[in-house]
Amino acid sequence: MKVDQPLHQSLGLTDEELDGIRATLGRDPNRIELAMYAAMWSEHCSYKSSKVHLRTLPTEGPQVLVGPGQDAGAVDIGNGLAAVFKMESHSHPSAVEPYQGAATGVGGIVRDIVSMGARPMALLDPLRFGPLTEERNRLLFAGVVAGIGGYGNCIGVPTVGGEIQFAEPHSANPTVNVMCVGVAPADRLVTAAPDVPEGSMLLLIGAATGRDGIGGVSVLASRTIEEDAAVSRPSVQIGDPFAGKLLIETCLELVEGGLLLGLQDLGGAGLTCAASESAARAGMGAELDLDAVPLREAGLEAFEILTSESQERMLAVVDPARLDEVHGVCSKWGLSSAVVGWLVDGGRLIVRMGGAVVADVPARSLADDGPAYERPMEPPRGRHEILEDDPTFAIVDSDPREAFLAVLSSPNVASKQWAFEQYDQLVQGATVARPGSDAAVIRVEGTLRALALSCDGSGRFGHLDPYLGAAHAVAEASRNVAVMGATPLAITNCLNFGNPERPEVMWQFAESIRGMADACRSFGTPVTGGNVSFYNESGGSAIWPTPIIGMLGLIEDYRLLVRPGFPGPGFLVYLVGETFPELGGSEFAEVVLGTVSGHPPALDLAREASLHRMLVEGARGDLLASAHDCSEGGLAVALAESALAGDTGFAVSLPGDEPWYVALFSESASRAVVSVAPENGEALESLASAHHLPLSRLGETGGPGMVVDSLLEITVEEARSAHESAIPKLLAG
Amino acid sequence: MSAGTPRVGVVTFPGSLDDRDALRAVALMGGDGVPLWHGDRDLRGVDAVILPGGFSYGDYLRTGALARFAPIMEEVRAFAGRGGPVVGICNGFQILCEAGLLSGALIRNRQLRFVCRFVDVRVETSLSTLTEGLVPGEVLRIPVKHGEGQFVARPDELARIEAEALVTFRYCGPGGELDDEHNVNGSAGWIAGIRSPQGNVVGLMPHPEHAVDPDVGPTGGQPLFASLLTYALARV
Repeated sequence: MKVDQPLHQSLGLTDEELDGIRATLGRDPNRIELAMYAAMWSEHCSYKSSKVHLRTLPTEGPQVLVGPGQDAGAVDIGNGLAAVFKMESHSHPSAVEPYQGAATGVGGIVRDIVSMGARPMALLDPLRFGPLTEERNRLLFAGVVAGIGGYGNCIGVPTVGGEIQFAEPHSANPTVNVMCVGVAPADRLVTAAPDVPEGSMLLLIGAATGRDGIGGVSVLASRTIEEDAAVSRPSVQIGDPFAGKLLIETCLELVEGGLLLGLQDLGGAGLTCAASESAARAGMGAELDLDAVPLREAGLEAFEILTSESQERMLAVVDPARLDEVHGVCSKWGLSSAVVGWLVDGGRLIVRMGGAVVADVPARSLADDGPAYERPMEPPRGRHEILEDDPTFAIVDSDPREAFLAVLSSPNVASKQWAFEQYDQLVQGATVARPGSDAAVIRVEGTLRALALSCDGSGRFGHLDPYLGAAHAVAEASRNVAVMGATPLAITNCLNFGNPERPEVMWQFAESIRGMADACRSFGTPVTGGNVSFYNESGGSAIWPTPIIGMLGLIEDYRLLVRPGFPGPGFLVYLVGETFPELGGSEFAEVVLGTVSGHPPALDLAREASLHRMLVEGARGDLLASAHDCSEGGLAVALAESALAGDTGFAVSLPGDEPWYVALFSESASRAVVSVAPENGEALESLASAHHLPLSRLGETGGPGMVVDSLLEITVEEARSAHESAIPKLLAG
Repeated sequence: MSAGTPRVGVVTFPGSLDDRDALRAVALMGGDGVPLWHGDRDLRGVDAVILPGGFSYGDYLRTGALARFAPIMEEVRAFAGRGGPVVGICNGFQILCEAGLLSGALIRNRQLRFVCRFVDVRVETSLSTLTEGLVPGEVLRIPVKHGEGQFVARPDELARIEAEALVTFRYCGPGGELDDEHNVNGSAGWIAGIRSPQGNVVGLMPHPEHAVDPDVGPTGGQPLFASLLTYALARV
C-alpha cells in the first residue's frame, strides 16, 4: 500500500465508486463498510466489466429451470429431475499455491451445487499450463492435478474429465477451472424464495472463521495486528475436504428433510456476500451479530470476519421453529452451527459487534447495485499480419509418418491418463464413460437417462480470432456430447481473460461473447450461468482469450451410447463432414511447421447443428458402431484415437484431392469419424444425406496397423506408445 | 426381504465414500443391504459386515487410525470373533489392519500418487469369505483407487502371512503373471488383499463394489459378492 494512497483506492475502489457509496449511504462509509463494498464491488463478485456483455448471451429455453444469477444453473432432464451445473476459476490461487488453489476450487464449486439442494455427481477440470519443458510449469501441473485429486477423491464426487492444454501464454498464469454437476428432484431445488418471513434465522454451518483468504482487504489490518507476525501468513485459503464431505451430507440431509428456507455457499467476499445476497434475494434486510460467529482464533476484527474466505462454510436460512431439528442434523455429522443473524424488514444489512452497530448499509446496494462499466475496446495491433500469415499455404516437406507421430505425441493431443489416473473416476457407481472419451457420461440413478459432459475451450483459435475461437469452443463441446449420442442441452462457462482495463483484452472478451452467443443460439443451448476470471496477466502479457464451455447433454437411454473406439475388424469407416484447406491455428502448424498463425477454420453453424442432430439420430437408431469428434490434430488424430480406444487398426484412403497434410491435419469444423457394420453402410449414407451432410467412405477397420493409402503405416502399439508416454516423459524432465 | 436373503451391513463412518456403492452392489447381487452407523453399538442383526472405502475422519492421521475407535468397531470385532464375515474394502482394509483384525499395514503408493485404474487381480485361495467357490489362479478385473495402498509388513510377519496362505489376492498381469509393471502400488509380494487365519475376515484394496454392474464396466467383483452372499447365507 502506497503511503499517500487514500484508503478506498488501496482497497481497489475508484473515486467514482466511493462517490456512489456516499450517495447510497448519504454519508461517508466507515472502514468496515468500505471493506464490505470493496469485496462486493470487486471484479470477481460484481462482474462490473463483464455484465454489460454477459447480458447479450441467450439464457432462455424450455429446458432451463434456473438461469444465470443463482449459485448454479439448472435444466430439466425429464423424470421430474433437474441437472444443476456451474463452472468456476481458481487460477489465481493456483498460481501461488497449486495444490491448495486447485483443491479449494473443487470445494467451492461443489458447495455451489449443494446450495441449490443437489447432490454433486461429477467434476470436470479444464486446465491450461505453460509448456512442460519448463520446470515451473511441471510443478504447477503436478501440484494442481494432485490438489484436484486430493479434494475431489476425499469427498466422494468422481472427477470424470476436463481437457488439459499447454501453451506459452499460460506459463505465468495457469488457467485452473472446475465444473461440477449435480442432480436433484426439480421440485426440491433451493432457489431464491421471495416469501421468506421476517425473523428467519441466518445459520452459519461448518468450519470456524479464520483469517485465510482475506487478501485484498488486508490493508485494513490495524497497526497492532500488522506488527504481529500473524498478518504475514499467506492469504491463500486452505481446504479441508473431510469438512467439505460432512458439509455435503449435512446440507443434503437438511434439504431432503425440508428444513431450510434458503442455502448459500460462503465463497468470494465470505459472510458479506452470503448475508447480503440472502437478504436481497428475499427482498429483505438482515441483522448480523459478529460476536456469534465461531472463530478459529481470538482477535479477528469486524472486517476480517465479514470478508474472510475460510472454506467449508454455508449460510442457511431457517425457520426459528425448525432450529432445533437443524442443529440436530449438524451435530449428527459433527459440524458446528451458529445463529449469526436474522432477516428483517426494510432492506438494510445491519452488522453488530461488541454491542455496537459497526456497519449499516442497504443489502441490495452490496448484492445487486454494484457498478457496471462499458470499458473501451480495440482490436490488438498486428492482428491482421498474424491472420494473413496462413500456414495453409506454407511449403511442407515433412515426412508423413514423422508428422503423424509428432502430432500424436504433442502434449495437447497426447493421452492425459497421467492426470486422470490421479482422480477417483468411479465413486457413486454412475460413470458410464470415463475420462478420455469425447464426453464423460454419468447415468442418473433410477432411470435409463444419462448426462454427457464435456469442457472445451479455445486456445490458438481464440488467440487468432476470439469470435471464432469461442464459437468453435461451443461447437466442439456440443459435438463431443453428440458423438456419444447425447442431445446438447445447455452450457455453463468460465471466461478467462487478461486485464479488462486494456482495450485489446476487452475487445477479445466482447468478441468471445459474440461468438459464444451466436453458437449457443444456433444449437439451442442457452447459457445457464458461469464465471468470469479477469486479470490473468503479468508484465503486460495476458493469457490467450480462454472461454471454456461446459456442455451438458442428455442421453435418454444410456445403453445406446456410442463410444469412440473402433469395435473390432470389418467395420466401415466414414468421415462425416468436409475437409477444407484450413491449417490456420492447427496443431500441425504449431508442432510441425512451428507457427501459430493464420485464419482459424470457418464455422457453418447450421451445418454444425445438423451434424449434432445426425449423430444423435444415428445413436438412437443403434446405427453407429463408433463415433469420434474430429478436431484437434484433424482426421489423423481422430482415426488414431478411434483405433487406440478400440485396440483395432484400420486401412483408409484419404478423400478429396487436397495435399496429404491438409487431408490429414486440417482442423475444419463440423466433422466426425464414425464406423458402422457393413450392412449399415447404406443406412448411414441415407442418414447423412437426409441431414444434408457430406459423407466420405474412408476404408475399413481391422489389422494391427494404421494404414493410410501408401502414405504411412504404423502399428497401433507404436502409436499407443507415442500417445501414452509423451506426458510422463516430459514430466520426468 | 424374503426369508433366506442374506443381510449385509455397510458401515458409514464420517468420510466414508463408497458406502452407498457397496449397498447398491449387495442389492444388485441379490442381498439385502443394511446401512450401519459408526456411532451405534448395533449391527442390526446382519449376517455380514462391509467396511467401505473412503477417507474416514479425513485420514489426516494414519489411514484408518481413528475409525478403529468408533463405537461400532467393538461390535464388529465381537462379530468377527464369533466367525462372522467381515470385509474391508480400501479404507475398510486399512481400518481392519489398524484394528488388529488383519496383519500388516498400508502405506503411500510407491509412485507417491493416487491411482485410479482397472487392474487384474489373481485369486490366491478359496479359503475366505470373498473367494469361496473361486479357483486359485483365477484373474479378475477390478478397479483400484487409492493413494495409500502399498501393503507392507515386517519380514517375519510377511513370512507368516505367506506360510499360512493368508494372501487372498495379488496384483498381476492379464494372464496372472507377477511382474513389476503390474504391481500397481509397489505392494510387498504383490499383495492386494489378505484374510484372517479363519478366513472370515478379508481386506482388499481393489473395489469389487465398482465391478458388479455390466452397464458401467468390467464385472470382476461379481464372483466376490456372490461368495460373500453364499457365506453369509450359511449363517441365516
